[in-house]
Amino acid sequence: MDASHDGRGLASGLTPHSSGQPAANTGSRRRPDPSPRLLAALAQLVSVGAFVALWQLLAASHANFGIVTFANVPTPVAAADAALELLRSPKLARHLGFSLWRVGAGFAAAAVVGVALGLAIGRFAGVRRTLLPPLELLRPIPAVAWIPLSILMFPSTELSMVFITFVGALFPILLNTIHGVDGVDRRLVASARSLGTGRWQMFAQVIVPAAAPGIATGLAIGMGTCWFCLVSAEMISGQFGIGYYTWESYTLQNYGGIIVGMLVIGLFGMGSSALIRLAARAAMPWTAGEVS
Amino acid sequence: MSGAVEILGVHMEVGAGAERFEALHDVSVSIAPGEFVCLLGPSGCGKSTLLGALAGHLAPARGELRVDGEGVRAPHPERGLVFQQHTLFPWLRVVDNVAYGLKMQGVAREERRARALELIARVGLAGFESRYPAQLSGGMQQRVEIARVLINRPRVLLMDEPFGALDALARARMQQLLLEVWADIRTTVVFVTHDIDEALFLADRLLVMSARPGRIVDDRRLDFARPRTQQLLTTPGFAALKRHCLDLLHHGQAAMPLPRVTPLGAPAEAGDPLAVQ
Repeated sequence: MDASHDGRGLASGLTPHSSGQPAANTGSRRRPDPSPRLLAALAQLVSVGAFVALWQLLAASHANFGIVTFANVPTPVAAADAALELLRSPKLARHLGFSLWRVGAGFAAAAVVGVALGLAIGRFAGVRRTLLPPLELLRPIPAVAWIPLSILMFPSTELSMVFITFVGALFPILLNTIHGVDGVDRRLVASARSLGTGRWQMFAQVIVPAAAPGIATGLAIGMGTCWFCLVSAEMISGQFGIGYYTWESYTLQNYGGIIVGMLVIGLFGMGSSALIRLAARAAMPWTAGEVS
Repeated sequence: MSGAVEILGVHMEVGAGAERFEALHDVSVSIAPGEFVCLLGPSGCGKSTLLGALAGHLAPARGELRVDGEGVRAPHPERGLVFQQHTLFPWLRVVDNVAYGLKMQGVAREERRARALELIARVGLAGFESRYPAQLSGGMQQRVEIARVLINRPRVLLMDEPFGALDALARARMQQLLLEVWADIRTTVVFVTHDIDEALFLADRLLVMSARPGRIVDDRRLDFARPRTQQLLTTPGFAALKRHCLDLLHHGQAAMPLPRVTPLGAPAEAGDPLAVQ
């Protein structure tokens, strides 16, 4: 660096009057710090990479620790192969199609029943007294535990699986709707009455919009649990579907497919939940950031 | 619209079970149409309870309330109520909040939007009609609240310390705005407050209430000239009245203050600046 300039690019003869220090600096510029976001992204990449590398190592070496063994665990490479194979296969569309139909139907039914019941239970004490106790009894039962009963109740295998996804999504939606209705400010209802709102108008004009954020949360959670239940149901019965594909990969010793199935399930589960959240935010523009 | 109000021998009780207490004892008042009446009293003296009864949210234990000869049974748009903390619908824009009363009456969309915009301009919020309530300041929210009530052309305007949560400057502006708007529409106003300056500045008639149990201890006309300006606050006549009111209010203050109750009969919320700690 030219000695006549200090680090700020000023000629040393023109030091600012406020500074009592000698004008000449070391003469070398400091390198700008890498942005924190870049660092965070790099850290994430490194840690995921390390995880995959460790997995490859354990699986390829058939590591055996007695209580857990990696002898039959597929390597990341094998999983990648299976993924490519699945992508090229015509069966993919079929598997996905079946899973999506089962989730879609079960979720839609759960949304309709859950929201309607939730609104009624939240709003009418009489309904709450009669319907909530039996529902509370059923709630702790995991949807998966319904599978044997569902097979008995529904002659159609498809419907028996849709019933499982329905049960899985129902309770989060129902309970969050009730919670949303309970949380509606009494004063909003009072003001609405003062402004001439009729009894049934109250529902559409006030209760539903006020409870909407709670309902949306329930729907997003319900979508997640719906996928979770679907996969278990598919592993046990039925043909086609991502859960079925995962289980089939095990029985046919296409172990790479197990990993692929797991990842696809995770992707769709999270993805559909995120889609619900996005849709909810679009439908509720007033919940966007407040401006004071 | 007329808006003659009669309160006849009203006794009111608030609270449940063991905590039930008499909020109002034998209150009788006649209010002429178009009168601006202030109910002045300390927290817990029953003024909000009386307002709740006038609105139709609370029923008296004894006695009757009438507007233009008809008994008050249930809430109705012709008895508009403005709370201290706004109750705007967060999911509706300002224009839709204001137009809400007309929507409930079945007025067509174009017409109610036009009338809402007119009123929004009248309360000084032109340009803000597409905002959501969360995007407004406290003073602006209260203006929308008032506009929302006024669009129904109420016979009686009931206001429960509507400017209590605002800072002093905003409060003064809102008082001025209220008087301007009221000068046009001349609806009967029953305005509840614990602020003596506010009561003396706004009202045609002052009813002072005391607590334990709630009853009216003073009823006087305020003949200050209208339109009223801030200069009124420092005139000798104003000061004398204020001194008189202070005496009246402090007379009963040796006793423990009562909890403040909203016009719905519920205890005031935790964040309420006027709640007794």
